[in-house]
Amino acid sequence: MTTQRTSGRRKQAVAAAAVVAALLTTAACGGGDDSGDKGSKSGAAGFDAANNKVAQASQAKKGGTLRFGGAQDADSWDTTRGYYGFMWDFSRYYSRQLVTNKPAPGKEGATVTPDLATDVAKVSDDGKTYTYTLRDGITWEDGKPITSKDVKYGIERVWAQDVLSGGPTYLKEVLDPKDEYQGPYKDKSADKLGLKAIDTPDDKTIVFHLPKANSDFEDMLALTSGSPVRQDKDTKSKYQLRPFSSGPYKFESYNPNKDLTLVRNTEWKQASDPVRKAYPDKITVKFFTNANELDQRLINGDLDLDINQTGLSPQGRTTALKQHKENLDNPVSGFIRYATFPQIVKPFDNIHCRKAVIYGADHVSLQTARGGPLAGGDIGTNMLPPAVPGAEGQSYDPYELAGANKSGSAAKAKEELKACGQPNGFKTTIAVRNNKPVEVATAQSMQASLKKVGINAEIDQYDGSQYGGIIGSPANVKKKGYGIIIMGWGPDFPSAQGYGAPLWDSRYILESGNNNFAMIDDKSVDGLFDQFSTTLDAAGKTKIATELNHKIMDGAYYLPFVFEKFVNWRSSNLANVYTSDGYSGMYDFVNLGLKNPK
Amino acid sequence: MTAPLHEPTAEAAPSPAEEAAAVSAGTKAVQGRSLGRIAWERLKRDKLALTGGIVVLALIVISLLAPVITSLVGQDPDVYHEDLIDPLFGTPTGSLGGISADHLLGVEPVNGRDIFARILYGARISLLVGFLSAVVAVILGTVLGILAGFFGGWVDSVISRVMDGLLAFPQLLFIIALVSVMPNEMLGLTGTSVRVFVMILVIGFFGWPYIGRVVRGQTLSLREREYVEAARSLGAGQLYILFKELLPNLVAPIIVYTTMMIPTNILTEAALSFLGVGVKPPTASWGQMLSSAIDYYDSDPMYMVVPGVAIFITVLAFNLFGDGVRDALDPKGSR
Repeated sequence: MTTQRTSGRRKQAVAAAAVVAALLTTAACGGGDDSGDKGSKSGAAGFDAANNKVAQASQAKKGGTLRFGGAQDADSWDTTRGYYGFMWDFSRYYSRQLVTNKPAPGKEGATVTPDLATDVAKVSDDGKTYTYTLRDGITWEDGKPITSKDVKYGIERVWAQDVLSGGPTYLKEVLDPKDEYQGPYKDKSADKLGLKAIDTPDDKTIVFHLPKANSDFEDMLALTSGSPVRQDKDTKSKYQLRPFSSGPYKFESYNPNKDLTLVRNTEWKQASDPVRKAYPDKITVKFFTNANELDQRLINGDLDLDINQTGLSPQGRTTALKQHKENLDNPVSGFIRYATFPQIVKPFDNIHCRKAVIYGADHVSLQTARGGPLAGGDIGTNMLPPAVPGAEGQSYDPYELAGANKSGSAAKAKEELKACGQPNGFKTTIAVRNNKPVEVATAQSMQASLKKVGINAEIDQYDGSQYGGIIGSPANVKKKGYGIIIMGWGPDFPSAQGYGAPLWDSRYILESGNNNFAMIDDKSVDGLFDQFSTTLDAAGKTKIATELNHKIMDGAYYLPFVFEKFVNWRSSNLANVYTSDGYSGMYDFVNLGLKNPK
Repeated sequence: MTAPLHEPTAEAAPSPAEEAAAVSAGTKAVQGRSLGRIAWERLKRDKLALTGGIVVLALIVISLLAPVITSLVGQDPDVYHEDLIDPLFGTPTGSLGGISADHLLGVEPVNGRDIFARILYGARISLLVGFLSAVVAVILGTVLGILAGFFGGWVDSVISRVMDGLLAFPQLLFIIALVSVMPNEMLGLTGTSVRVFVMILVIGFFGWPYIGRVVRGQTLSLREREYVEAARSLGAGQLYILFKELLPNLVAPIIVYTTMMIPTNILTEAALSFLGVGVKPPTASWGQMLSSAIDYYDSDPMYMVVPGVAIFITVLAFNLFGDGVRDALDPKGSR
């Protein structure tokens, strides 16, 4: 065979390999080999023991220091400004809302439960009025009671986007769609509570008046941006350095990108709070610039968990999976990783060319590029994340991406190419963020498999931190000829509207910062979103969500890669651990406890 | 006593001083032994430099024949072999990074591309960028250096200040910025070719002052020599003096600096690819391989070792060869 003729070169290669092998033995020394029966000794709950269920709840003891580590600081610790999922999760330590995510594992964690309020909203007036009554005994960290006016002021801060940018603005869009209120800092009224959509008839009652019903309103209120802020403690843009606590812990010290320490808020009363268990006495966060160092510290037991909750990096993951599997959980993150086809770039205006790419891609290869079945996730088959009500997971697979066509179907791709009028294939460009090695790997996988069906794709790695102006600008997308854009998206709150509106609703197409990359302009899709926001019963919402998903898949605007999963570390000392769909599969921080307080 | 200036008697091992004297004393006296010939004979005795030279030559042949060699072993640099990858960890299932009879240096993690084939193709990019950018630098450096040295005055001032400026310029940062605003197509080139073209131009452009300075200095001293005076008094034109009298005497330092510049350029290319602004995927490049190997340094160290060793061997070979050439051409030169 061909290999026989190359024996000469083979010898060279063997010699080279010998040299390299010698180098290797020195490199491999650092590996360490203590893979004994740690499982039983360490006391860790076991692989996936805290995924969608509670692990070792009874072993949690009061006291001790809970040690977080992270590779990235929050975008802001100001309750109005934070947008990172882990910040929302962590902020429950020092801030409360009228309603919040239920402290329960899995799907239940995505439902809303009363927090400062005595009960969930009394909805009246066809879904346009929401009324809450505040609980007794709720206090700020200086002992003063939290009033309905504090809640209103905290929500009003969302309007001050010029000073407090960055956070979600759903409340502003729903309560004041015409943008009439100027925000508390420009408010002419004496008490700075000029927002007409919110009434505070007394200190215990707060009433929201929506100009138009929105069935997701209470989910929006449950976000951290619905937290109360006390006017005399509002330091505006500096508030993020020292938020004034309404929860069981308060800020002791914070050095951005270095460390953060929370200590008990002695004024907080357990009886007033049905949500937070507040086991540890102290909570510390240490930030690292190197993710590998962070992983090493976690594995060594110097830290209890990763505050970012985005999974171990490949290096630490491999070590952990091989040696400490009982310390890992493998939750679904709520993100879908996908490629999307801007219809403004030819030939993707033609549905058959879009389908050709969907069929031509090798979905197992894409999954491996994302990190495999554990760290990447299950092969994505549709565009609704599994945690969103109405999602069907892999059971809805219109293109058989996890079934017959999982390694790509050249025959079907060729058929679609013919139908598209490009029987010999075509040329296009894949746009991918240069700061996400995993996304670049998926782009290369697509490039390799599409080449087999005659689609020649060039990969353009653009500056990932500037994506809003590069792929978020339809004019630029057209100019650069980005036929395939690789991205990912997760819901802010688990609802088809929260997830899909920015991606699929034609009214969300923007000149810059656009997320409807596929440029979907379908009146029936827009109509479904309208219908969704006025449907108040859960079953009706679920049905519309499913219908939306089917419409998007029928249009072949997206090629989903994976329903993303993470491999997250939980130290052996953690107790009462569970993942919550309310926080995209992260652990619910606020109820974590320690087995051996120290 | 009179030194045997014109008769190099110690044929077997002439001292460098004697040889230099022989060279400067005129070529006639040593019976037509040209500078090149003398240098070659010195080089032949330098075993280390010769080894370097042979490796360089081998690298050139290998990269020219990369498609032939890879097809002989039945591999393609861009074909995925995911059957050889453990889907759980993304690392090769075989030992030592998946080294086997089919995959001589193993396979890449995640996608299972053949590392041997990618190393060979990566050599093409490294050498292409290394050589051509050196050529750009040599042409610019020689022309501008000789002009500065010969004409002096404001020409010299301008060119020298430009050289100072360029030497102080953060070239790596500049290239990164330039590449990210580069169009996908230009001058009829697309994709990787654009990147390679830009890298060659920019690395070459920032490299010329190193040669320019040396050429200028040499020219400054050469233009006062008697033979230049003689040519001038015979009515030779400036261009004639520049290219017929001065340039031939500058060849030695230029060759030396070129051989020293190539490995630096190869490293710059590797650094750029490492930072993600080099060639575009799926084109193989050593720097890009190293960059993606970081995530696997523990679980698949072979993947980092192979391109690392390739860069090491190449740069070492060029440096040894370059040192030898310098010693051969300019034995008096201090290290």
